[in-house]
Amino acid sequence: MIQSKLTKKDLKSDQEVRWCPGCGDYAILNAAYAALAELGIKKENFVWVSGIGCSSRFPYYVDSYGFHTIHGRAPAFATGIRTANPELSVWLATGDGDGLSIGGNHMIHVLRRNVDVKILLFNNEIYGLTKGQYSPTSPIGHRSKSTPFGSVDRPFNPLSVALGAGATFVARTPDNDVKHMNQTIRQAAAHKGCAFVEVYQNCVIFNDGAFDEIYDKKVRKERTINLQAGQPMVYGTEMDKGLRLREFHVERVSAEDADVWDPHLESPAKAFLLAQLDQDPDMPNAIGLLRQVEAPVFEHDVRRQVDEATEKKGRGKLADLIYSSDTWEVD
Amino acid sequence: MTREIGTELPLQQQESVVIRFAGDSGDGMQITGNQFTGTSAGVGNDLATLPDFPAEIRAPAGTRPGVSGFQIHFGSSEVHTPGDAPDVLVAMNPAALAVNLSDLKPGGIVVVNTGNFKETDLKKAKLERSPLGDGSLEGFRVISIDINERVKKALEDSPLSAKDVQRCKNFWTLGMMYWLYSRPLEPTMNWLATKFAKRPELVEANQKALQSGFNAGDIHEMFQGRYEVPACDVMPPGTYRNIMGNPALGLGLMAGSELAGLDIFLGAYPITPASDILHQLSGYKHYGVVTMQAEDEIAAICAAIGASYTGYLGMTATSGPGLALKTEAMGLAVAVELPLVIIDVQRAGPSTGMPTKVEQADLLQCVFGRNSEAPMPVLAASTPSDCFDIGIEACRIAVQYMTPVVVLTDNYLANGSEPWRLPKLEDLEPFEVEFRTDPEGYQPYSRDEKGARPWVKPGTPGLEHRIGGLEKEHLTGNICYDADNHELMTNLRHNKVMAVRDSIPTPEVFGPESGDLLVVGWGSTLGAITGAVDRLQKKDASVGRMHLRHLWPLPAGLDEIFSRYKAILVPEYNMGQMARILRSEYQSHSFHSYPKVQGKPFTTTELMHKITGILES
Repeated sequence: MIQSKLTKKDLKSDQEVRWCPGCGDYAILNAAYAALAELGIKKENFVWVSGIGCSSRFPYYVDSYGFHTIHGRAPAFATGIRTANPELSVWLATGDGDGLSIGGNHMIHVLRRNVDVKILLFNNEIYGLTKGQYSPTSPIGHRSKSTPFGSVDRPFNPLSVALGAGATFVARTPDNDVKHMNQTIRQAAAHKGCAFVEVYQNCVIFNDGAFDEIYDKKVRKERTINLQAGQPMVYGTEMDKGLRLREFHVERVSAEDADVWDPHLESPAKAFLLAQLDQDPDMPNAIGLLRQVEAPVFEHDVRRQVDEATEKKGRGKLADLIYSSDTWEVD
Repeated sequence: MTREIGTELPLQQQESVVIRFAGDSGDGMQITGNQFTGTSAGVGNDLATLPDFPAEIRAPAGTRPGVSGFQIHFGSSEVHTPGDAPDVLVAMNPAALAVNLSDLKPGGIVVVNTGNFKETDLKKAKLERSPLGDGSLEGFRVISIDINERVKKALEDSPLSAKDVQRCKNFWTLGMMYWLYSRPLEPTMNWLATKFAKRPELVEANQKALQSGFNAGDIHEMFQGRYEVPACDVMPPGTYRNIMGNPALGLGLMAGSELAGLDIFLGAYPITPASDILHQLSGYKHYGVVTMQAEDEIAAICAAIGASYTGYLGMTATSGPGLALKTEAMGLAVAVELPLVIIDVQRAGPSTGMPTKVEQADLLQCVFGRNSEAPMPVLAASTPSDCFDIGIEACRIAVQYMTPVVVLTDNYLANGSEPWRLPKLEDLEPFEVEFRTDPEGYQPYSRDEKGARPWVKPGTPGLEHRIGGLEKEHLTGNICYDADNHELMTNLRHNKVMAVRDSIPTPEVFGPESGDLLVVGWGSTLGAITGAVDRLQKKDASVGRMHLRHLWPLPAGLDEIFSRYKAILVPEYNMGQMARILRSEYQSHSFHSYPKVQGKPFTTTELMHKITGILES
């Protein structure tokens, strides 16, 4: 799979990009071009898989192999593709509706199986392509076309869903920080197993500014904390604030008292606590790497069984299958 | 070993016999039936079998829902069905007797295990009085034996516990039936020795029980004579094995993938009665088969389509409710034009319906049941062994036409068995797939002479392209909302599927070339229709028969065939779905629909009555 590096231009397809002007998806696409180009993977070995939604147009814009499938089912297609050919670098673009609502079942199963698929979940807390209904990540009280009196649904926290499903790689990145996106995508690519990346993505039409209170340039340093392996958990305009993990809660402390973050812990308990900081307006939202652990990769084990059986018994012959069991002759 | 104890009794020849073994689901009736089947096949009988087991895994012992049955029809002439009504009913407990007695032929033999007719047994079977003494068995020849006691005596030296001794009852009973129908004990003796090789005490006990049951036949007051069903002399020469529909289909898919030069990827979600296909293929890893038990029916087909996209032969196996869930993905497979084999082992519905009973009511769902215009070839197997051939045919059409293909079988074919004349592998015609690797002039939606687009594996340099469910521009495959292009693509997809017709034969008509009535069947009705029409033809009735294996597109030449008969009868296990298709496709003929939706196959007798009725009117 290794060859000389691609350029961003090599990965741009000849298709006209049809997202709304100002959509966060453009930034994600650009970050992806840059990150993918640096991976040393031949462009014909990428497969981008998607379901339905604005995010799911992604494959058309990458000049590699791509499969725009049906609503919510992209993880199942990706599982089939990767299991059938583990040489391929399989990427999945999905959204909060596609990945967590209609496709929630497939999402948890691709994560628990640890299929080596890289998942970018564009979370804009709204349904875009169907023109503005609330999504499973919209906050309670959210007024949308289908919730004129405000949503009464309790929302999902995508990171918690992924952690709960046993994901081996969980990260979050904002669409207004290209450098962070690039770094996160490259970390996901390097992970051996299923990588789940939630992207805070702004829908300029139906939910504009949904993340402004968290990630606007003016507030981002106070309202987010970038989790990095082996680094102290510090944040703030002056980088003077920190977080310390207590048994069942997270404490705000001064930077010098902050814990060092370890995303490789066997237990996902601490990652859960950090994932849920966005419930607390006095706490920074976690971005960066929440979890990265090693676990058996589904398709490797599937193929290992095939290889071992073939080695042990030799490649099967059709005649042995058909002419097995008790046969008799009629003359 | 086979001491001919009963040889002094008169030996009566019979052309064919139907036996039903019935007992509690824990009584081993399926093993008993399968052993009787294997032995009968070995002595050269033609045969057909059908198990009848409850959907419940272990319904309470002794109750009616817990009754498990196995019917075998074996003969010295051609056997087409597992038989209408049993000649012999073996009832291991009161519930088995109560559930099955009404099916028995008048004057038939009932073998009853009286050891299980205590007050509590009757209560479990919801019987107020014992049918042994209340006249319910009048008109039958009743053989009452306390099999519990017989087995206990036969195995009094066995180290097995009293409970385990009783578990040998089925082999005692089998031994007795072997005596009655003059079958050898060796095949079952050998099977036991292999099966329980690691438990010699079980081998000994069961073999002893089998022998003891056989010897018991000598007791003259029980039987007035023995029967013999000689070998069938009309079976074509060849090597045979007995096979059920599900495993035959599994082997057909294996053969089909080999002929295509591809490996199989099966995505499946467990569902009765299709799960055995997943079980079977998951054991073929050394053949390169990849199986995946998905999280649901939808994921199963989606993973299979994903695998087809990479160059595997993707497959999924399900039953009606599962097929309903797969519908949207089937439409995608039509749109992206990738090969896929979709197996629907039909069962009675709607909804969960009767999962272990037969029906053919998914036909319209398969032919038409998708959003928009999403045509797809549909095939149906007609006998258990035909499942093998239809499996190959599905693979051929899928790869040659780059299309999903549905294979319809049903519960009756899946679990029924018959002797299968094994094909000579060198006679099977290969249809090897060539993947496109040449970037020169490549267009993802260009088409060959069959209308199929090129199949390109991701990873092939220079051929990078995107596919998906959005309408594509002709040739380039780019997203396209152009009105004329959509109509063109709709027609191209339709024409491609209809062109499959050019590669399939016109079905053979059996019987008079023209006449009063043609019976047209599809799927598992073949045996019953053949039996009925053959018998009426022997009485010089003006009736022919024809069976459809390709249901969509229908083969060429049907219009001409139909025009040679005054009327056409279409028996099927639904409310007339094939009749409806034929009426819309061939409007100038008179079709009589003969629906049956009882979860039970047609009997030869009822079909004969129906045909005679039409001929007389």
